[in-house]
Order: sequence, then C-alpha cells, then structure tokens
Amino acid sequence: MEIGKPQIGVLAVQGAFIEHERILKSLGAEVFEIRQLRDLDRHLDGLVLPGGESTVQGKLLRDLGLFEPLRKKIAEGLPVLATCAGAILLAEKIAGESRTHFATLPAIIRRNAYGRQLGSFFTENEVAHVGIVPQTFIRAPFFESVGNEVEVLSRTASSNTTDAPERIVAVRFRNQIALSFHPELNSDTSIHRYFLGLAER
Amino acid sequence: MSEQNRYELNKNLAQMLKGGVIMDVTTPEQAKIAEAAGAAAVMALERIPADIRAAGGVSRMSDPKMIKGIQDAVSIPVMAKCRIGHFAEAQILQAIEIDYIDESEVLSPADDIFHINKREFDVPFVCGAKDLGEALRRIEEGASMIRTKGEPGTGDIVQAVRHMRLMNQEIARISSLREDELFNRAKELQVSYDLVRFVHDNKKLPVVNFAAGGVATPADAALMMQLGAEGVFVGSGIFKSGNPAKRAAAIVQAVTNYTDAKLIAKLSEDLGEAMVGINEQEIALLMAERGK
Repeated sequence: MEIGKPQIGVLAVQGAFIEHERILKSLGAEVFEIRQLRDLDRHLDGLVLPGGESTVQGKLLRDLGLFEPLRKKIAEGLPVLATCAGAILLAEKIAGESRTHFATLPAIIRRNAYGRQLGSFFTENEVAHVGIVPQTFIRAPFFESVGNEVEVLSRTASSNTTDAPERIVAVRFRNQIALSFHPELNSDTSIHRYFLGLAER
Repeated sequence: MSEQNRYELNKNLAQMLKGGVIMDVTTPEQAKIAEAAGAAAVMALERIPADIRAAGGVSRMSDPKMIKGIQDAVSIPVMAKCRIGHFAEAQILQAIEIDYIDESEVLSPADDIFHINKREFDVPFVCGAKDLGEALRRIEEGASMIRTKGEPGTGDIVQAVRHMRLMNQEIARISSLREDELFNRAKELQVSYDLVRFVHDNKKLPVVNFAAGGVATPADAALMMQLGAEGVFVGSGIFKSGNPAKRAAAIVQAVTNYTDAKLIAKLSEDLGEAMVGINEQEIALLMAERGK
C-alpha cells in the first residue's frame, strides 16, 4: 500500500463495478473489490456501492456475511458513493415495499421509478458542489422525499417527454452520496473526484 | 432521443446485469422463486428449452399475457424470446415494454437468411453467437448484448465452452494483427472495419458477453466465468432440477465468487438432482446451427 493513496473498496457482488474501479484508479486511488467477508480485513477510506440489481446485491450481501459489517461501517461515517442500486441499498425506506437494506440514509426511494427499459434516459444537469455532469438513468429510481438533514444535490426531469417533472436524483447525508444515475458510465470524473475528496479527509 | 443515445442506454442495461444470473421461467410463481434466489433478470417463456426439445414441432414467441403476468410478478428486468428474423414478434414484445428481446435460436427460425434489423427498435436485443463473426454481425445489426449459443436444453456445457473459447481465441488473434491487416479481417468476418478496429484496440467485444446453453451446476457457472463470461444465463438447468430455489441461489453465489473453489464446493453440496441432460452426440437437432 502506498502512503497517501485513498483505499477504496468497491462492492463487487453483482453489477457494474469495474466501471467505477477504472475511474477511481485513473484518479489515483487504490481500489480493491469486496466479494466476501475476508475482503474487509484491510483498511477502508471509502466504499462504492455500484449499480446492478438491488434485490440481487441485497441477497448476496446477506448470504456472504457482508451485510452487518458494512452497515456498521456506513453508520459510523465511512464515506460512501452509491449509484442506482447502491442508493436503494442505503435508503431508509423503499416505496411500496416492506424490505430495506442498510437503511442508513433518511430518504424514501422508489425503484424503477421511470418505468421499464423504455423509460431509461440520458441528460446533463447540475449537481451541487460538482457542476454540470452527464446523467445516465437505467431503469432508475428517484427519491420521493428526504429527511431534514439530507442535502439535495440535483433535481432532474426525464428527457423522454417534454413535460416530465423534476425529481430528486442526487443527495448527500453526512458522508453518504447517493445518486439515481450512473456517473461511472461516462468519461466525466467530477463526481468521483468529489467522493474522493470525502474519502481523503 | 437520438438512435445513438438509445443504443448506449441499451448497452448500459446489459452492463448492470454483469456478474448476474438470468433465469428461464415459465410462470409468475417460478419468476418469484428466481427473483428471491437472486436472479438479475428473468427470461419469460412458455416452455423451457429442454421441453421445447422434447415436444418438437415449431416453437414460437410466448403468449403476451403470460409474459405480462411475469412482468407484474417481479421487479427485476424481464426478457422474452422471439424467433430469428421474426421482426413482427419483436414489435409485439416492444409493444408490451419488454426490457430485453432475445432473438433466439431456441425458437424455430422465421427467416433462414435475414436477422432482425435491431437498430430499428428502442428496446434492447441480446443474440447468441458461437464465434466472433456471428457476434460482430449481430452487433452490426443492433444487438446490445451477446451470449454464447451453447446447446440449449441439454444440460451439456461442452458447446458453451467451445463457443466461449473460440470467441476468446479470435479476439486474441485480432488484437495481434497489424493495423493494415484489419481491413481484410473485416471482409472475412463480413462486418464493418470499425467493429474489427474496436476489438483490435480493446481486446473485447463492444458489448457485454454472457454464457448460455447447458449451464446446470454452480461449477458450470464458475467454469464459464473463469473462461471470461461476464454473467450467465441458466435455462432448463434450474427448474428441471430437484430443488430449484436452492440450486438457483447456489449458482448466483458461484457467479460472484467464481474463483473460490472452497466456497463453490460448499455451494455444490446437497443440491438434489441436477437436470438429467443429454450429450450433444445423442441429439438430432443442433439449435446452435440456427442463424449464422
């Protein structure tokens, strides 16, 4: 391990984790994959919860014994960047469902909130502290409401129709950054740099 | 939205499925079992490949009502199959907002020359391929995800292994070619120079590549992942076995930790009876030979 490089663990049980790894490495972070409990033996400065299917990730986290150790670390303030499925894992409540996962982020999230794959869309929009970024939404969720202490970083309307309402698609609560969209699918690295800023502190 | 944006979004959905298992299901009940066991998506069809093989006759797109029942039952992506070249079936699947269409050799081909022009569609397509040429021709036609053909409904992994190894060898060979040799390779593969150039520069397909056809055990899934598959389709292997829920969950974990033999050994215990299967030499109909 090199002194000074932030050590970032990327949850790699299912989904688009390699895309995050590539960007974080290009920004100088030391990146490792978390696939089972022994991967948590090493020091962690930050955690990425990638996109994928939240039902699959939630089940594998429990089956592989990762759930409680990771939940504890997040609750204790470990910086987290969560995209799409990852944001669903963090939310305190999932609209229309009784189950939750880490439940460390005071917000209500709705899964597949724009509908099926035909509802997926791409746009560019402002994210607070970061600037204008590309936003790729794939069968994406959005936040229906957030707690008082949660900062809304971005509100975006679907580009599929002209009169679509703006929805909360990016939030921050303490050290947790949660996004509906996928910054790892574009070449813009500003969101990851913002996250590394938290992890390096 | 531009055609290019839509194609990118469709390739992106396949990226989200990586490291996951896509399971064939025939009823909403099976779909719920698959979702609870950790399926990243389900393939809705009236009969699984093993039964299609047993029943014989012409095999077509499933009843849209049956597919809608499965869409209502689960929250994960739902895929469905149409016949090779049957663009009207694909239009119907798009009309019911399917998440992915599999233009599949498992069904009886509707056209023995032309595949569907998949660029005309907004919904994504996955197609089977047994070598690099087939894969790139399907991508040229607009497929946003590729899978090995394998030999569906047999529980015999040999063909999926053959197709994955061949694809890897051909990719390695293209990567080692001089740039001025790529034009001729494009001509041989009957695809555009740009696609061959992409493979040369990136040492991979421009879309996600899954294994399919004959996966029946956690070890089969681990084998395909170690050979370079980015995820796995399991067709008949789950609901033709003794304990579908347990086998499905074991295959899901094996795909995540595909190099951990100790874990896979544990996962492979007490799974009940695997699907009986048939060896490729014993079958009359090679589905992998459909659609070149």
